[in-house]
Parts: sequence; C-alpha cells; structure tokens
Amino acid sequence: MQKTETKGRYGKFGGQFVPETLMTALQELETAYEEAQQDPAFSEELNGYLKDFVGRETPLFFAEHLTKHAGGAKIYLKREDLNHTGAHKINNSLGQALLAIRMGKKKIVAETGAGQHGVATATACALLGLECVVFMGKEDIRRQELNVFRMELLGASVVSVDKGAGTLKDAVNEALRYWVSNVEDTHYILGSALGPHPFPQIVRDFQCVIGNETKQQIMEKENRLPDAVVACIGGGSNAIGMFHPFVDDEDVKLYGVEAAGSGISTGKHAAAIAGKQEGVLHGAYMYVLQDEDGFIQEAHSISAGLDYPAVGPEHCHLHDIDRVQYDSVTDQQALEGLQLLSRVEGIIPALESAHAVYYSVQLAKKMKEEEILVICLSGRGDKDVQTVRDALGGQA
Amino acid sequence: MTKQKVMQAILQCNERGDKAFVPYIMAGDGGLQTLKKNILFLQEAGAAAIEVGIPFSDPVADGEVIQQAGERALTEGVTLRKVMAELASFKEEVTVPLVIMTYLNPILSYGLQAMAADCENSGVYGLIVPDLPLEESGLLKSALEGTDIALIQLVSLTSPAERINAIAEAAEGFIYAVTVNGITGVRDSFTEGLEDHLERLKAASSVPVLAGFGISTPEHVRSLGALADGVIVGSAIVSAFHEGDLPTIRTLIDASKNQVSQI
Ligand SMILES: Cc1ncc(COP(=O)(O)O)c(C=O)c1O
Repeated sequence: MQKTETKGRYGKFGGQFVPETLMTALQELETAYEEAQQDPAFSEELNGYLKDFVGRETPLFFAEHLTKHAGGAKIYLKREDLNHTGAHKINNSLGQALLAIRMGKKKIVAETGAGQHGVATATACALLGLECVVFMGKEDIRRQELNVFRMELLGASVVSVDKGAGTLKDAVNEALRYWVSNVEDTHYILGSALGPHPFPQIVRDFQCVIGNETKQQIMEKENRLPDAVVACIGGGSNAIGMFHPFVDDEDVKLYGVEAAGSGISTGKHAAAIAGKQEGVLHGAYMYVLQDEDGFIQEAHSISAGLDYPAVGPEHCHLHDIDRVQYDSVTDQQALEGLQLLSRVEGIIPALESAHAVYYSVQLAKKMKEEEILVICLSGRGDKDVQTVRDALGGQA
Repeated sequence: MTKQKVMQAILQCNERGDKAFVPYIMAGDGGLQTLKKNILFLQEAGAAAIEVGIPFSDPVADGEVIQQAGERALTEGVTLRKVMAELASFKEEVTVPLVIMTYLNPILSYGLQAMAADCENSGVYGLIVPDLPLEESGLLKSALEGTDIALIQLVSLTSPAERINAIAEAAEGFIYAVTVNGITGVRDSFTEGLEDHLERLKAASSVPVLAGFGISTPEHVRSLGALADGVIVGSAIVSAFHEGDLPTIRTLIDASKNQVSQI
C-alpha cells in the first residue's frame, strides 16, 4: 500500500479508515490526549487511581516450580492478574475514562470479548460517575455469562450483538455504529491496541505501565534485563504495553503468541499475523483474516479475548521489521498451559494468558539456566472456569 | 477538470428544474440477476445516477435495513468481482452513470488498478468508500488519475469549517452531505442546523451537493432537495425493492421533479 499523509502510521500499518462523522471526534481525542500528556495533574490523578484503586504496582513473581518444570530459563510472571477486575484491561479503561472527562464527555461506549474490558470499563465508569454502554457478542455473552451480570452490577447496560458470529468483531462493529450516532456526547473506550489513530497509541501508552514496572522490578531482582519476554496477542494491548519499553533493548527477545484455535491448518484460528494477509478493519490497516474477496473472516479461539481476526498495527510493524517474533498456540495447548500453571504455582491464568504460559514453557526449555524469561500474565482465570470445565469434560 | 460524467448528470437535472435523485441499491439483494432489472427500472423512472452498494462482512456505516440487505446478498454469494462482471455484461443498456459504494477492504483485495480499469469497462463513473476519509484518500485517488471516475467524498454534520473547505476543494463528482449523525437508515426528523450546514457546503463547493442518510419519504425528498442539488435515498429504496413495491420508488423519484431551488 502506498504511503498517505496520515499520522498514526507504524510503517505501512495503522491510519484512520473511518467514516467522516468520526474524523472530528478522532482529532478532538488526539488533541485532548496531547494536552493530557503535557499536564502533570493528569498523570498524577491516573497514577493515584492505579495505585490505590487498581492495586499497582503488580508483583513480578519468580515462578520457581514452573521454572523447574520447564528445566531451562528462569521464569518470572508479571502479575497483571492481580489487578482490580482481574486483568490488564483496567489500566487502559481508567486512563481513557479520565480522558473522556477532560473532553467533557459523560457517556462511554465500549465493546468487549471476554468481558474483561467491559468489566474494567464499567468499573472505571462506576468510579468516575460516567454512563456506560457495553456491546458484547451473543456467543461471548453465552461464554462469559457471569461477566455480563458483573457489568450490570456495576451499573453498565450490556447490549447483546447477534450479528455475524456474535463475537468480538461484531461487538466492535456495533460499538462503532453507536459511537457514530452519539459522537457529540460519547467517548468510545476501545479495549485493545486497535482501531484508528490515535487509539493504538493511547492504549499502548496506558498499558506501558506493565513493561515499565517489569523493567524496574527485574533490575531490582536480577540486576539485568530479561533475555526473553512473552505475551499473548488478541488485539495486542497487554503485549504492546509489555514490549514497548523493551523495543530499544536489542538483547531482549520479544515473543507474541497468537491464538491458533483448532490449528492454523484447519482455518479455525485467530492468528492474523500467521495468516499473512493485509487489509483494513475497524479503522486501521493491519494483518487481517479475510477471504479472497476481501470479506473479513470470523476468528476462532477457545479464549474470547483472543477471538479477533486482526492484530493491532504496531504489532504488524514490529513483525515486519523482525523486532518481535510472533508464533501461535492452539486451544488444546492453552488448556495444558492453564492446568500446568494452576497445579505447579497455584495460579489459574486467564485462557488468553495461558497461551503465553504454554509457549513460554516450550521456549524456556530451549534456553540456558542462567537466562531469564518474563511472561506477561495478563489476567486471571476465574472468568474461564466454566469454559475450561466444559473443554476438559469435567476432568481437572 | 477531468471528472465530468457524474457531475454533468446532476447538472443536467438541475437545468431542467429537477433535483437530482440518486437511489442506492444493494447489489444482489434477491440474487445477482435482479441487478440489471433494478438498474434499468430506476433509469427509466428518472434517476440521475445510481449508487450500487457492494455487500460487506462488516458494514459499520450502515443501519439495519442495508445491513440486512447486505446479509441477504452475501448469502447469495455476491462479491465485488461478481458485481463488476455483471455490470459489464449489460453496460450498453445503461445510460445513467453508476457509482459503486463499497467499503475499502474489498477494493484493496480486488486491486486498485484492476478496480479502476474494470469501472471504466462497466459504466461506473464514481466510487464512494465510506471508510476512506480525505486523509486516506490518496491511495485510491492516484489509481483513478486520468479516468472519469470520481472519488466522492462525504461531509458530515460534525465536520468543522476547515475540514469542509478542504473536502470541498478536493471534491469530485458531487459532495455527499451526510444529513444525520449516524449510520444509514430511515429517520423521522433532521437536526435544525442542517439548512445552514448545507448552505455553507454549497457555498464552499464547486461540485453539486447531494443530501443523503435518513431520507425516506417524498416530503423528505422535497424538503431536503430544496436545500441541496439533489438527494440520495438508500434504505427506503432497498426496502421497496425487497418488498417488490415499485410504485413507492416512483413516488419518491417523482418528488424530486420540477423543484425550483429555494436557495
Ligand atoms: C486476560 C486477557 N488477556 C489478554 C486479552 C487480549 O487482549 P490484548 O491482546 O489486547 O491484550 C484479553 C482480552 O479480553 C484478556 O481478557
């Protein structure tokens, strides 16, 4: 694709492919965000909430038994699962909710897949007194029933989306339609490092707290940087937040783990980078799963949070310049990862994070004992217990 | 100026004292064979140009009516490739300019140069790409250079003055003035500032200004037509074709005739 004049490009990826009605809102958001970045009071307020409301900083935990089990590199877990609401999503939701208030917008719309971003956004809205509407695919509502009720307890209204396969992509479509129709008083809190500029940048910046803390913590514990950092990739927000602070540290190898679903060769997966096709979805030029007519395909993953047919534009670029290695892990392997971490460390990870766990064990095996690997444990598995029980036929 | 065909079709209507009526149809709703029939019907009924919508998996700018029509067309296996081939097969019978409305990804997948060439070969004189704002339009504009295919830009109620001017300056064919904040679909009423907005647009633009989104009754056609050079009617036409209600379509088109401009 040719270069155009827009901002918000990561190499050839990114951009602002949205209806004209949204362009003004995006420019407003960009300006508000730039002003917020210059304003020490903004980061002070956000950091205050991150500390006392979310419970940051999150620990960097040495996973001794997992390390032994793998028999290679020392494995550390960055415990985003210990955040209030159970995942990294709250870092972004709080930041953007504060931004909405700066812009004088009192209403929030959000999409959610696993329900984690929906819960995080509903939580931020409850805390800050904002109205909140969350769009969620019908299939995801089925998979994540309790998260729906959780959002409702927090005062949000959850709208079921029965179009398409009723998963994350369809929820984003509906949230975008809602935003176009209510743009004057509503801010869209996008939940991953996706969408039109400036969303990928804003989401990344709010998630960089993960990588920044990790860097400091590993220096304190090991007095050096890790050799490998691993994170799972849905749209890519926990991963970019973890990776970005390490991108210039060339000795730190970065690994992104996509969801291979039933296996890449079956076509039932969510691994957009593995799919190799470029295109436009939800406002950005990215790697996108699509058929030969340019219709976007449904993604497939046991984990609702990874069930999206594209990968955020910055990851696409990091792939193209070979800075991050992207691989994939199947549903079955993720389940193994989940069981393993639960047994040996007493931590039930989210199914999303379990992809990173499985991959890390394989990777650590090939590394030396004195080397260090950090996993971004993006969330906890409470929300997935039902899904996992069904998948394992009740046999833990 | 190179992009003439679509603009001239509108100006000719205006010279006769009519407002340009541009209906939107969903290609292949009811099967690909309906495309020719519907286009020839609209042409005979007095359409100035015809917008041919391409179904898409993720139509974020569309409301229920067009989404559902798109889903029906997708079920029929309709694709951009099939539509272009079908249009080429009866282009000799089509006298009004056709305008393709499609989201960007199917065009990227088709290939920009191939798309430009096949438009020229199918009687297509304009493209409307709802997810391609001015800032991103460069890639398609360069592919259409030297053709008579206009890349038609949308202007929304939220576009501030500088944007309106920038879009007006780059405009080809006509300006598509989106008359509601929102997606396509039937509306009862329009916002109060609309009249001023359309007036500003017409003043800024050297190409005709057509109002669209939410226009669904003969009264809308008359009242909004009076404020612009013509109207685009989508959901109401799509519904009428789906229900086989051709008289409603004629009534809508007739409402655009013999309108003396009020501005
Ligand atoms: C725990 C957890 N991890 C990861 C993801 C994937 O999103 P992202 O790639 O944006 O981090 C989700 C999404 O819902 C999630 O809930």
